[in-house]
Amino acid sequence: MEQTSPVPVAAIESAPTLQKPKRVMGRFNRWDTPWLNTKLLSGLGILSAILLIGLIGPLIWDTSLALTRAAPRNLPPVGFTNWRGQEGVWEHPLGTDNNGRDMLAVLIVGAPNTFLIGFIAASVGIVIGTILGFCAGFIGGVVDDFIRLIADIVITIPVLMVLIVLQSAFKQIDIQTMALLIAAFAWPRATRQIRAQVLSMRESGYVRMAKLSGASTFDIMFKEMMPNLIPYLFASFIAGATGAILAAVGLETLGLGPQRIPTLGSTIYNAIRGTALSLNMWWWWGLPSLLLATMFIGLLLVNLGLDEISNPRLRQASKS
Amino acid sequence: MGRIPRQYLLRRLRIFILTIWASATLIWIIPRLAPGDPISAMVGQMSQAGGYVEGSEEIIEGFRARFGLDQPLPIQYLRYLLNLITLDFGYSIASFPTPVSQIIGQALPWTFGLLVLAMTITFLLGNALGALMIWTHTPHLIKVLIPLGMVFTSIPSILSGLFLLYIFAFILNWFPVQGAYALGIIPGLNLPFILSVIQHGTLPALAVILVNFGYWALGMRGMMITVQGEDYVQLARAKGLNPLYVLYRYMIRNAILPQITAFAITLGTLVSGQVLVEYIFGYQGMGKIIYDAILARDFAVIQGASFIVICMTAGAVMVVDLTYPLVDPRISHGGE
Repeated sequence: MEQTSPVPVAAIESAPTLQKPKRVMGRFNRWDTPWLNTKLLSGLGILSAILLIGLIGPLIWDTSLALTRAAPRNLPPVGFTNWRGQEGVWEHPLGTDNNGRDMLAVLIVGAPNTFLIGFIAASVGIVIGTILGFCAGFIGGVVDDFIRLIADIVITIPVLMVLIVLQSAFKQIDIQTMALLIAAFAWPRATRQIRAQVLSMRESGYVRMAKLSGASTFDIMFKEMMPNLIPYLFASFIAGATGAILAAVGLETLGLGPQRIPTLGSTIYNAIRGTALSLNMWWWWGLPSLLLATMFIGLLLVNLGLDEISNPRLRQASKS
Repeated sequence: MGRIPRQYLLRRLRIFILTIWASATLIWIIPRLAPGDPISAMVGQMSQAGGYVEGSEEIIEGFRARFGLDQPLPIQYLRYLLNLITLDFGYSIASFPTPVSQIIGQALPWTFGLLVLAMTITFLLGNALGALMIWTHTPHLIKVLIPLGMVFTSIPSILSGLFLLYIFAFILNWFPVQGAYALGIIPGLNLPFILSVIQHGTLPALAVILVNFGYWALGMRGMMITVQGEDYVQLARAKGLNPLYVLYRYMIRNAILPQITAFAITLGTLVSGQVLVEYIFGYQGMGKIIYDAILARDFAVIQGASFIVICMTAGAVMVVDLTYPLVDPRISHGGE
């Protein structure tokens, strides 16, 4: 990819000490595609590893231990002792909380739920965003003005605040409803992005060519423009999922999430209320936090990778 | 220095007002969609807290008349909007005769101070580090360390707050665990109070900075890559100017402008993120109020505090949007 953009003098100067000039000749085989991006792949790796915990976990571990009073209370992980001098046991390798929930089971049940929220909210958001973005960019005029106005308004409202009001009014909300509510605020960013891309693509040569050769609007939209939008759609999707998970975790740690199913955020909430910090029960709040942090790092890596795929300049610089 | 075109100003103001109106309406509609009405719930809570409430039926009727809940919905709605303009959110349910606006008024300066400080540091630090990532004269070690530090980006600040609290307050005991200043210190312009505020504010601010600077570093890096290849930068280098001078005058000053737009867009998530950090640290700002109100099921306070946070976000985004043409003469809000 090096030859695609003019290499600045500075990059050449610093090149010998930092990198071997590999792949100077450009694309040689089908393995040499921008989609085989280290960041993208490692991000996807992290995410699928967490997803696997949720998928395989229930097969090898008894998830009913995630319910209260399923295990002895306040046990530390194996190899540690708690403030009462109790040692961790292999029946509950990651310890238990003050209500007798097995931490390993809680993580196995909680992780896929967190993904589910992100997935639902981002999918709904991206579908609405794509439709509105295409409409705004393609039709233009009053429709464009109206969609832009609504998007500008919704994008400034902090989702979390509205959701806090909502959850405290309704109290019981299940995961799917919560995801849909978050999606109601997730679409404007996708709409803006798609609109900007559609506007710039509409004037590009190949779209004009298609128009001149009499392709239908539908064909132009889905056969000519859509394939070029895919990296942007992916990036929007990941950004939407990140935002949704962020909002969901925020709600859960405030104690406003779904009450019946254990989630990672509500575990942190319970830990804070149960003064896990001063009792030095780090496994109670630390393990779900670590899992969430890893999840966010995975999402960030995927996002960075997609950025580099759609912007060759970043790709070139990341190697120097 | 460009002037703000009147038409752009009007459009921006319209969006601001519509945003506030839309969120105010949402906050008004939501509790009315929920089962049960607010007054019965309120009296129910009072009786829960203080045992049996004598003549609760009459109290409910009295309150209904007093808050105008016996009137048709459109009139209730108009009265609600009028009250909002005068920042009247009604009374707190948990600590009954205290008006919500008073509770918020006490917390707001804390949140505001912490917010402005944390965001300024984040913005400066992030952009400086992002520029250093591309600069040719940056020591190699720093170039390796910055991306490692950026791993924290996009981790929610509640989580970073928890880890910081655990490490620095519980294990190392360097910083206090709770509050915005130590108990027994009289708030005022005296040295012990100021020192105490700084000591209490360090960890919450750090929690926000740690997870947010990477976002700006990334954006800055992208912009610096573009600027780096420009002819005027090459020329400045060829002239043999001091590399630091080139970095600041020629590269950073040109690369930083789009960052300001990004600042406006992320402000929303930043504000609500910081509100959560306050709750983790027991910092007596808006986050603490909201959390306490959730625990006490004090809906009036939740409503008022969320509304204020929404207003703060919308206002901040508007200010950033409006100052943008002043900073960047190339932007003239064309097309308007």
